[in-house]
Amino acid sequence: MTVANAPALTSTGAGATPRRQSVSGRGGILRFLGLTPFALYVLLFLGIPTVLAVSTGLFTEDGGLTLDNIVGLFAPNVLTAFGNSFFVSAVTAVIGAVIGALVCYAMLGTRPDGALRAIVDSASSVLAQFGGVMLAFAFIAAIGSQALLTKFLAEAFGLNLYANGPWLYQVPGLLVVYLYFQVPLMIITFMPALEGLKTTWAEANATLGGTRFTYWTRIAIPVLAPSFIGSLLLLFANAFSSYATAAALVSQGAPIVPLQIRSALVSETVLGRENMAGALALGMVVIMVIVMWGYSVLQGRTSRWQK
Amino acid sequence: MFKKCNLAALALVAGVAISLSACAGSTTPAASDVDAATATSAEDFGGLDALVAAAQAEGQLNVIALPDNWANYGAIKALFEEKYGITVNSADPDISSAEEIAAADNLKGQDTAPDVFDLGTAVTLASTSYFAPYQVANWSEIPDANKEATGLYVNDYTGSMSIGYDSNSVPEPKSLDDLLGSDYKGAVALNGDPTQAGAAFAAVGLATVQSGGTLDDFTPGIDFFQKLNAAGNFLPVNATGATIASGETKVVFDWSYNNLAAAATVDGWKVTTLPGAVYTSFYNQAISKDAPHPASARLWQEFIYSAEAQNLFIVGGAYPVTIQTLQDAGTVDKGALDTLGELKGDLVTPTAKQAEDNAAILASKWAAAIS
Repeated sequence: MTVANAPALTSTGAGATPRRQSVSGRGGILRFLGLTPFALYVLLFLGIPTVLAVSTGLFTEDGGLTLDNIVGLFAPNVLTAFGNSFFVSAVTAVIGAVIGALVCYAMLGTRPDGALRAIVDSASSVLAQFGGVMLAFAFIAAIGSQALLTKFLAEAFGLNLYANGPWLYQVPGLLVVYLYFQVPLMIITFMPALEGLKTTWAEANATLGGTRFTYWTRIAIPVLAPSFIGSLLLLFANAFSSYATAAALVSQGAPIVPLQIRSALVSETVLGRENMAGALALGMVVIMVIVMWGYSVLQGRTSRWQK
Repeated sequence: MFKKCNLAALALVAGVAISLSACAGSTTPAASDVDAATATSAEDFGGLDALVAAAQAEGQLNVIALPDNWANYGAIKALFEEKYGITVNSADPDISSAEEIAAADNLKGQDTAPDVFDLGTAVTLASTSYFAPYQVANWSEIPDANKEATGLYVNDYTGSMSIGYDSNSVPEPKSLDDLLGSDYKGAVALNGDPTQAGAAFAAVGLATVQSGGTLDDFTPGIDFFQKLNAAGNFLPVNATGATIASGETKVVFDWSYNNLAAAATVDGWKVTTLPGAVYTSFYNQAISKDAPHPASARLWQEFIYSAEAQNLFIVGGAYPVTIQTLQDAGTVDKGALDTLGELKGDLVTPTAKQAEDNAAILASKWAAAIS
């Protein structure tokens, strides 16, 4: 801003360059040795199992190469499962992101080291991982067909929650249950981004004659957009691959892809489809790759101003 | 405090001691020189007593997927332990037949691999390469239609597909179409998904034959469940002992022995078999080719087909495969058989081909029918 600051900027710039040059020259490979244990761990327990799982889709039971499993991906019930999975993940990601962002914004007004923010932070960290059988049981016990809340509403207000069918045990139920861990996950991933919004920017906007509308559309949203979309993608991936909650809640029909994978692996009536699970996993990987590509395109556009 | 080199020496000695002790502990070999893993009958051991001695030398038996309240397996396992002094290690009671074979694959060569299997027909026929042939002492008492010729697998018990219902909340269903009425709103459940579980598959089979169809094509059964779902009477929850006790699943299609086990503990739970065609399906007993305790496995097989264990099946509500012989010889548990009732009606069981065809039909039509 002022001339006095300019030499300081150039001096740090000049000081940085020689440092960068010396590091790449001396001891280059040794720097990466520290990463080796972690890289080995990721390769052994993440990389190789993924490749093995996905490649089983290309083999028959006897070991011959085949495209039958990939072709089987286009059967109507499997396509419906992919559609349902995508729908549930997208809807819970968007709703979770919006609600989470609003909660984060509300928390901005609280004291950074106060009790309320600490409580919300810790509660979100716990609830973001509160998935699986426990969550399914909690919902069944709370609003299932024989549950506390259902009975109370039926007796006190005559309101039958299940007048239109047992929705909790089908895809609509997944929408409600998944939100329970999507919103806390959004809160813990998005809060740092909101905290990074400097108050000086709001002041600069005000002094330059902008309104709240211009602040949000021209300053805050462009700054927040990459991390918002990144968190949205994280929520999508979280819901897309979520298995335990759905397995405990939905018993009939395998309407989403992780349940289709379970059906292919453990069915005792429809046999010989274990390798189908690999093809289904490959399909999920393809969808995630497409979504990540969309994310990188969006990221490139929204952070144009930062370049 | 220890000096550093002393501490290092101590650690080295401890490490060597632990690794050497791991090498030392191995299972003691069987006393006799009979190779239990290739024995095909008790004569190969030199008689039943020699088989018992060989099994007791092994001391353990690994069973898998045998819940205590499934056809009274709890009492059967306990009686085996008490009679022979062999510890029964019961793993994974709630998994499916396909998962039993998967466990045999994954644990191959280890001490915890399953010794014996109790499998549904479809999985049995697809997995004969996992079995070792064995003919029990009373081989001739088992009807030919219920056993594989060399003894690779043998039927052990069957039930009939029945309807259990909570008599305190819903009326008794006298025919299949009764279940479409408004009395049963949100009440009817299956024990699993028909594309995954044998009991649910059998429920669709029962619906098929009761709707006038044949076992060649389960479509009439699938149509029935579609109508049930459209009427709002189908509850897509897996029926278990817990859901029956909590009152969530008021009407359950399940094997007679499972429903009867629930009736014994849940107040007001009654079991009925619909008149007309009765759907049955035998489960199959087999010995693992790579059993870590081959003599115990073969003794278990002898035990299962003995009169004691077969009668315990009746107590559990299942019909054992030697029931005719037991009745003829007068060794059947009369009280239990009277409580259970006879297996009467027009009995139907699917063949392997029918099971495979219908599995394919279910895989393509079931999800759309009940969504």
